[in-house]
Amino acid sequence: MEGAQCVDEREMETRIRFRSWMRVALWLIGLMALGISLMLSISVGAAEIDLTMVWEALVNFDSNKAQHQIVMYLRAPRALVGALVGMGLAVAGAMMQGLTRNPLASPSIMGVNAGSSLALAIVFAFAPGMSYNQLILISFLGAAVGVGMVMWISSLSREGITPVRLSLAGMTISTLLSSLATGISIYFQTGQDLTYWYAGSIAGSTWDQVRVLVPWISVGLVGSLLFARSLTVLSLGDETSKGLGQRTKWIKLCGSILVFILAGSAVSAAGPVGFVGLIIPHMARFLVGLDYRWIMPYAALLGGLFFVLADIGVRILNPPYETPIGVVTAFFGVPFFLYLARRK
Amino acid sequence: MQVMIALVLLILLSIFISFNTGIFKLSPMEVLRTLWGTGEEHHHLVLFEFRLPRIVIALLIGTGLAVSGLILQGITRNELADPGIIGIHAGAGLFVASWMMFLKSELSQPPFLISILAFMGGLFAAFLIYLFAWRKSGVSPMRLILVGIGFNLLFDAALLALQVKMDPNQFLYLEIWLAGSIWASNWNFVLILMPWILLLLPIAFYRSRRLNILLLGDSAARGLGIAVQRERLILLLLSVGLAASCVAVGGGIAFVGLVAPHLARRLVGERHEYIMPTASLMGSLLLVVSDLVARQVLAPNEIPTGLVVAVMGAPYFLYLLARTKG
Repeated sequence: MEGAQCVDEREMETRIRFRSWMRVALWLIGLMALGISLMLSISVGAAEIDLTMVWEALVNFDSNKAQHQIVMYLRAPRALVGALVGMGLAVAGAMMQGLTRNPLASPSIMGVNAGSSLALAIVFAFAPGMSYNQLILISFLGAAVGVGMVMWISSLSREGITPVRLSLAGMTISTLLSSLATGISIYFQTGQDLTYWYAGSIAGSTWDQVRVLVPWISVGLVGSLLFARSLTVLSLGDETSKGLGQRTKWIKLCGSILVFILAGSAVSAAGPVGFVGLIIPHMARFLVGLDYRWIMPYAALLGGLFFVLADIGVRILNPPYETPIGVVTAFFGVPFFLYLARRK
Repeated sequence: MQVMIALVLLILLSIFISFNTGIFKLSPMEVLRTLWGTGEEHHHLVLFEFRLPRIVIALLIGTGLAVSGLILQGITRNELADPGIIGIHAGAGLFVASWMMFLKSELSQPPFLISILAFMGGLFAAFLIYLFAWRKSGVSPMRLILVGIGFNLLFDAALLALQVKMDPNQFLYLEIWLAGSIWASNWNFVLILMPWILLLLPIAFYRSRRLNILLLGDSAARGLGIAVQRERLILLLLSVGLAASCVAVGGGIAFVGLVAPHLARRLVGERHEYIMPTASLMGSLLLVVSDLVARQVLAPNEIPTGLVVAVMGAPYFLYLLARTKG
């Protein structure tokens, strides 16, 4: 009997190891797909530039050629910002769903989107005519205020932050802030400008933005990976997690800060794209199960890939106009998501 | 019990204040005299033709949305659920927006039609969600939620696609509609809303105990002799019916559905036969007071009532959240 059990365990172990290798391989394939989609994204647009030319411009840049300039100054930063934003939102979403243990949670529940909308609504109403970079900064500050309020309110109680309290406080504060934003934009009739700002998303991305985003998103992603293990334990419940020797308060605080770093920078660069932060973590979960050490890298990859592809869709669906990216992500992502949700 | 009595008194008080205030000022004595039937003719007109229908609509919408949200939170076992988050409001909004865009109708279109469109949009959204969440084994709470948020995003995206193409007037009209306001306040609309609430609310109250059992989980509920799938479908239909009829008259007022059940739960505990009446009173109170504020603060301009609900309801709820357990 003991022998048989032993074999079973060994077989189990090999199976788990095999599955892990499969997942690593699949992830690497995904990474290649991301690379290809970045190249595609650079090549597609009003001026068709074929892939060899893209490669040439990236490797051997010649500022005299117009095509090289388009690649270098317009398309490449846009593609990179897309990938970074997608990664940031997806991982922030996974983190949020882990912290609140609620499948409905997304970075927007942390007050990120609403805080940024309110800040922008105020600026559009009272100090119009700000530059692009200033608006991004304002939006980021707004997100910080939103997250700060959510954290503060949900930690007021003697029990500290519980998942239910965090999600309810977050939802309530988000509704409050976005209602104020809507009120302001209706009163000053700036609603459509705001909508354009959101819908326009990453069209005007520059290398400046890439330079700003890279450190934030990298810190956020690395932090989330380091955190994934604790998050998996936390998702077993506060009591269990404490019993296993985790400092749950600390985890929740750090997790929320990571959500803010990732989602705050992503939202200020691209506007509130609801789909990625809410749906991509679920997709990652459908693929790799409940362990956040797998969910995080898969969410990052899927988020980046999805956002870059969607941004291609933005440009080719209705040229010469750009379709709002939120529309593209939802129209192409939701059917796929529904399929996954039904299968499970 | 004390909570409910207090709520009823507060509602009566706010109704009375509501009678007094408006562009046309009436003193409390004049209101009392008019109610008694001995007031002047034009007071009678102001009170019974303008103010009363609006108050009644606010009461009904508040009740309907609160109960609808409570039921949804129960059957999905998710504290964040409300009719808005699973796409009922967005579906209604999409129908209204498409009508405005594609049929090129002017803003002077009959409000009655908008109301019917919103109602159909809400039901359509719910139908799609249930259809896609259904599999041979039935509908699980988790799948209901996932499919719901999927469709919500889809409808929202479609709305956004329409919104960027609208002319500024249409855009503003839609923005106010989506924010939620009691824009159609006359007795006709009371007559649209009333039958639904009168029909669905008693059934919901009658079935409120079932929610206690469903919250224990599917297998436990089955063990206690509940036909889980059938019960869930009935409750879902109740919730959707209530939400859709409220959206038809109140537009995108959403926050009540989320917050009123939680306020009630934190005041009277975990049993749904107590939570439901408390939540429905709480919803009514919240909406009557909010509508009063919406009419008054920037008079003669109005603020969309849905926005005021959030601004008034959120602080109190956050306070309770910090004070109570769970």
